[in-house]
Amino acid sequence: MNVPLYEKLWMWASGVLIVAFLTTVAIGVASSALQPPSHVETIDPAKVWTDPRFTARGVTVDSAGVTVVAVAIMFAFNPAELRVPAHRPIKFRLTSADVTHGFQIVGTNANTMVVPGYVSEFTTSFDRPGEYLIVCNEYCGLSHHVMSGKLIVEEARP
Amino acid sequence: MTPLDRLSLAHLWVSILAFGAAAAMAFMQALSRANLDLPWRSAKMYYLSVTAHGVLMALVFTTFFIMGFGYVVATRVLGRPVAAPRLAWTAFWTALAGTLGAAAAILSGRATVLYTFYPPLRAHPAFYIGAALLIVGSWLWAIALLATYRAWRRDHAGEPAPLAMHGMLATVIVWLLATVGVAAEVVLLLIPWSLGWTRTVDPILARMLFWYFGHPLVYFWLLPAYVIWYTVLPRAAGGKLFSDPLARLVFILFIVLSTPVGFHHQFMDPGVPAGWKLLHTFLTFGILFPSLVTAFTVTASLEVAGRMRGATGLLDWLGKLPWGDPLFSSVALSMILFAVGGFGGAINASFGMNAVVHNTAWIQGHFHLTVGSAVALTFMGACYWLVPRLSGRDLELKLLAKVQPYFWFLGMLCFSIANHLTGLMGMPRRIYDASYGGSAAASQWFGLTGLSAVGGLLLFTSAGFFMLVMIGTGLAGPKREPEAIEWAEPLQPVDPKPSLLDRFGLWTALAILLIAIAYAYPLWAHLQMPRFGSPGYSPF
Repeated sequence: MNVPLYEKLWMWASGVLIVAFLTTVAIGVASSALQPPSHVETIDPAKVWTDPRFTARGVTVDSAGVTVVAVAIMFAFNPAELRVPAHRPIKFRLTSADVTHGFQIVGTNANTMVVPGYVSEFTTSFDRPGEYLIVCNEYCGLSHHVMSGKLIVEEARP
Repeated sequence: MTPLDRLSLAHLWVSILAFGAAAAMAFMQALSRANLDLPWRSAKMYYLSVTAHGVLMALVFTTFFIMGFGYVVATRVLGRPVAAPRLAWTAFWTALAGTLGAAAAILSGRATVLYTFYPPLRAHPAFYIGAALLIVGSWLWAIALLATYRAWRRDHAGEPAPLAMHGMLATVIVWLLATVGVAAEVVLLLIPWSLGWTRTVDPILARMLFWYFGHPLVYFWLLPAYVIWYTVLPRAAGGKLFSDPLARLVFILFIVLSTPVGFHHQFMDPGVPAGWKLLHTFLTFGILFPSLVTAFTVTASLEVAGRMRGATGLLDWLGKLPWGDPLFSSVALSMILFAVGGFGGAINASFGMNAVVHNTAWIQGHFHLTVGSAVALTFMGACYWLVPRLSGRDLELKLLAKVQPYFWFLGMLCFSIANHLTGLMGMPRRIYDASYGGSAAASQWFGLTGLSAVGGLLLFTSAGFFMLVMIGTGLAGPKREPEAIEWAEPLQPVDPKPSLLDRFGLWTALAILLIAIAYAYPLWAHLQMPRFGSPGYSPF
């Protein structure tokens, strides 16, 4: 194929650009700094409220670390308010008792789908104390836009 | 008007009317974003209109335009009748019946599930059956087009297909590969479930099948636009196509890479292992390549045109181009918007970075630059070119046609800049009200949401101009002599011998192999897990 010189240069530059993008992604993966929430665990959506994994909802702090357990329903998060310490890894575990929801903490990169029949899990930490808005970002019905919660990040007491 | 032109025109009219209805739906959303208190404004109307806008724009306007355009290419470029005219009309009526069934379900408020229809949100069965009929109609169209191509091949053994047909063949192949996923989702999972024959459905399996289809769907929209960029635009600009073989390469790469990438829409999903998401990320970045090549070839073709019109300086060829011609300006402006949208797409596909933008307003900002501009504005421009030539009527209200693309461009800039920014600030997409009870974080979005509403109104004005021109032309355009439909010539003569780039069977086989690598194991492993389905919910 007869490719003009300038276009040849452009095609090489395009290839370099794509490799640069992919290298960026690969560095993020290799350093474990950036992973999308991809936990694989199933749960019977009809028994969410009695399943031992989701009966102790809210924030627990123990030797294993800080864990947040919450259930999404039309049109609220249960519990609706979460208090977590700053600067510590926090494991979120979420599921839905009805339709598919989203869980996004505004102003951070904490974001996951919450799908009935599955447990979403991701770990993150918050460096800025303060009050954060949690929103459902997947359409779940006519009151989708009021489905929200509150995350309060507290500076650890000395 | 020949019966063949009637076939093409019938498709274009359904497409244009669906566009008009969808634009009216978007008007309501723009008002919602402006938080204007109007008596009929309600959450029910808002989510219904989002559903109708998405389905009519993304699935009806595009599919019917592409079907009609496919017949134009087959009849005018190959210069022969559609091989199976009865089948082609059956395809049209099947797709139209499906569209009307789904539209009735949506407009009566029984299918407010948005155009992604994720279960366990459950719509009226007519919605799913209508969607299935639309797809069956498009399959019959694909058969009619392939049969026409085969008939041409019998008379032109050993010749490569003309470039426009080459691009349409790529479109058909991408569509046939992609629709397997949505057909499986709708026919095997959703129709029986919505009729009550099965009790539950697995939402993640449904999402896997939907996005197997959902990403190549965007190339089904984009490839006919590329056909127009490569084979119509250079001539409209007064020049020639810079490179024919590279255009062929681009279409072939889309056949190979379009489908095995769907998990990049499911980065935030539980139940899908990260390793497979990463593989799909790598393949997704591969698709940047053919679009970057297109950017060069098409821009170079425009420079050729500008120089043929007398430009001699470094950049003065830009000013020599026919910016007052609605076909040219629509397509050229759509390409500028697409350049921005394409880089946004690279951000969306970036594995970890996606967490910042997933399901935020950024996403609607992004796809209004791609499908809402690169595709929609190109198709509108093509309507200014095709409708007069097919119907034998001159364009009516030409001044409106001249300014319409610029309104679209400006409106889309306001709309998409505002949505990209509010998305980065965490505003979710598709929400009726963005106030969240007066939350401080949400209050930062206001101002920009107003800019988004202004963009929406400009876009609605532009859509209104387009509809006035089209309906005016159809009803009252002055009669004129039928005119040939012209296609761009390449700068270098086309090699009369077919090359590797004309071996569609080979590249389709490679595409199927890549799809098997990307999907067979994750789907199989998914089906092996203990899974719990969900009953349906209709909270609308």
